[in-house]
Amino acid sequence: MKNQEKILQVKDLYITFNTFSGKVHAVRGVNFDLYKGETLAIVGESGSGKSVTTKTIMGILAKNANKESGQILYKDDDLMKYTEKNYNMIRGTEISMIFQDPMSSLDPVMKIGKQITETLRLKYGVSKQEAKEKAIGLMKAVGIPEAEKRYNQYPFQFSGGMRQRIVIAIALACDPEILICDEPTTALDVTIQAQILELIKDMQKNRDLSVIFITHDLGVVANVADRIAVMYAGKIVEYGTTDEIFYNPKHPYTWSLLASMPDMDTDDKDELFAIAGAPPNMVHPPKGDAFAARNKYAMRIDFEKQPPMYKVSDTHYAATWLLHPDAPKVEMPKILKKRIERQKRRAGEK
Amino acid sequence: MGNTNNTPVLEVKNLKQYFTSGRGKNKITVKAVDDISFNIYKGETFGLVGESGCGKTTTGRSIIRLYDPTGGEVYFNGKLISGKLSKQQLREVTRGIQMIFQDPIASLNPRMTVKEIIGEGLKINNMCKSEDEMMEMIYDILETVGLTKEHAGRYPHEFSGGQRQRIGIARALIVKPDLVIADEPISALDVSIQAQILNLLNRLQKKLGLTILFIAHDLSVVKYFSDRIGVMYFGKLVECARSKDLYKNPLHPYTKSLLSAIPLPDPSYERNRKRIFYDPSVHNYGSEKPELREITPEHFVLCSKAEARQYREEIK
Repeated sequence: MKNQEKILQVKDLYITFNTFSGKVHAVRGVNFDLYKGETLAIVGESGSGKSVTTKTIMGILAKNANKESGQILYKDDDLMKYTEKNYNMIRGTEISMIFQDPMSSLDPVMKIGKQITETLRLKYGVSKQEAKEKAIGLMKAVGIPEAEKRYNQYPFQFSGGMRQRIVIAIALACDPEILICDEPTTALDVTIQAQILELIKDMQKNRDLSVIFITHDLGVVANVADRIAVMYAGKIVEYGTTDEIFYNPKHPYTWSLLASMPDMDTDDKDELFAIAGAPPNMVHPPKGDAFAARNKYAMRIDFEKQPPMYKVSDTHYAATWLLHPDAPKVEMPKILKKRIERQKRRAGEK
Repeated sequence: MGNTNNTPVLEVKNLKQYFTSGRGKNKITVKAVDDISFNIYKGETFGLVGESGCGKTTTGRSIIRLYDPTGGEVYFNGKLISGKLSKQQLREVTRGIQMIFQDPIASLNPRMTVKEIIGEGLKINNMCKSEDEMMEMIYDILETVGLTKEHAGRYPHEFSGGQRQRIGIARALIVKPDLVIADEPISALDVSIQAQILNLLNRLQKKLGLTILFIAHDLSVVKYFSDRIGVMYFGKLVECARSKDLYKNPLHPYTKSLLSAIPLPDPSYERNRKRIFYDPSVHNYGSEKPELREITPEHFVLCSKAEARQYREEIK
C-alpha cells in the first residue's frame, strides 16, 4: 500500500443525530485513508457507526443528522462542504454505493433496463440507443444470462442474487472511482454470497476501483479486504492490513469479535468467548474507552481516559491502553490464540 | 451422541409437505419438503442446514404441526403425532415440542409483559397450582437464561435483541419440553450477542439434557453446535452424518459446494479457497430413484447404487 495515491481521506469525522431521547453521537472522530485500487473493510456491529460514516461520504445522511466536525477530502475537495447540487455531480460518476437489500434498492415498477440507463442518460446525456448498448454490456459483465431479454424485465422477475448483480451494474454504469458496499451480501445465501463477492472482486480488478466494504461478517472480510478498520461505538479502535488484524490483533474488542464466532475447527467442548453486555447507549457516550465496560482486560484508566492510537507497525494501529509501555502484559483469549496458531500452521503447510 | 441404543425422541418418516397455488391449469405444486426421514435421539442436537428455500424451516414447522403434512409420519416419543389427534394428545405434543424463533421482535407479543409471555404455557398446561408457584417458576427460568426478577414485569420493547431472544428461550423451556426446535435462533442478532446466545443454549443443553433440532444456514455455527447434521437441498435430505464426519469427508457434491462457499475468518485460507460448483445434472437418476444409503456407519448420502459404490471408494 506504500507510495500509493490516497483517493479519499476522512479526517476527524464527527456526526450526531437529533432524536427524542437526546443527541446520539453516532460517529466520534473517525480518521482513515482510502488508497487507489484497494479494498478497505469497515467491521463492527450494528450501531457502531460504520454505515453512518459511508452515508456521510455519499452525502445521504438523514435530515436529523448534524455534521459536527471533520473533513472528507476527495480530489482536493472537501465533501463536507458540498451542497446537494455539488453532490449530484459526483454521485454515481465518482462515488457509487451498493446497499444491503437488493429488493428495496430497486424500483419495483421500473424496468431493469431503464434503471441501469437512468444514470447514464442523466449524467452523460447519451442517446437511448447508446445507453442501451452500454447497459446490456454491463449486464453481461455482471453475469446475467440473456441480457437482451432481461433488459425489459422487472425486478420481481429476478432472484435475490440476480437483483444484487443488477444493483452492481447500476452502481458501475457511470464508471465511478470509489465503490461503497454496505453489507452487500448479508441478505444472500452462502453460495450466492460467494458469487457476488467474486463479482465485486473481478469488477474491482478490471476497473481499478477503490472499494469501501462494510460488513460484520469476518469471513467475508478475510475474503475481500486488503486493509481492515474495526469500529466500535463510533470510533475506529484498530486498523491494519488483513493479515495484521487476523493474525496479530491488538485491541480487546478485535479479540472478542474474532473469538466470539466458531469456525470449522472450533471444538464443541470449548465455550465460545462471548462479549458480555450490550453496546453502550450513544446518547451518553462513555467517557473513557467505550469498550471498557464489556472488556475483561479493562484497567482503571480505560474508564477515565480515551486511549490514543498506538502504532504497532507502519500499517497497523490500535487504540487501547494495553499498548502503553507501562501496561501489564496481557495475552489474547486462549481460544483465539489456539485458532491463530492452527491457521498459521495450515498456511505454512501450503 | 448419536447413540443408536436410545429410543429416538423424534422420528420423521418420509415427511412430505407440498404447497399449492393457483387453480386449474395454473395450479403449481411446490414440493417444499419432499420425502425426508431422520431420527433425533435423546440429549443430542441435530442440525439442519441448507440455503433459503430448501425447506429446512418448513420441516421444523411441519413437525410441530404448524402445517398439515401432505404425507409421511412423525413419531414423537414413539407416538404418531402427524394426522388427526385428540385435544388431549395435541396438548401433550405442543407442550413436549417447543420452538425458538428467528426474529425475537416478531415472536413476542408486544402487549404482554414478560411474565405473561412466559407464564402462558404454564397456565395452558396446568403446570402450576397457584399464582405464587407460577411466579417462582418464572423467576427461576429468568435466572437460568441470564435475566433477573425485575425483568418479569416489563414489556418486550424494553429489551435488546439478545435479551428478547433469552425471553423466547425461557418461554420455550419453562414447560420442560422433550424437544426444542430452534429455527435460526441467532441469525437476527448482532455478532457480539450471537456468541452469548450460543453459549447459553450450550449450557442449558448440558444442564437440562435438552434434545434440540437446530435449524440454521451458517454451517460453521451448526458444526460447532450439533452432534449430527442433515444437509437439505430443494426439499430433499442429501446428506446426514455426524458433524465431524460431514466436515471432514463430505460426500454429496452439494455438501462439498456448500462447504467450499463458506468464507472463514482466515485470510490465507481465503486466498487459496477454491469454490466447488454444484451441478445437479451430474446425477444420473434416469433408471433408479436415489435413496439415502449408509456409506460409512451413520453417514448417509442420497445417491444411486452406482454413486454409493463410488463414494465408498472415495472415502477409503
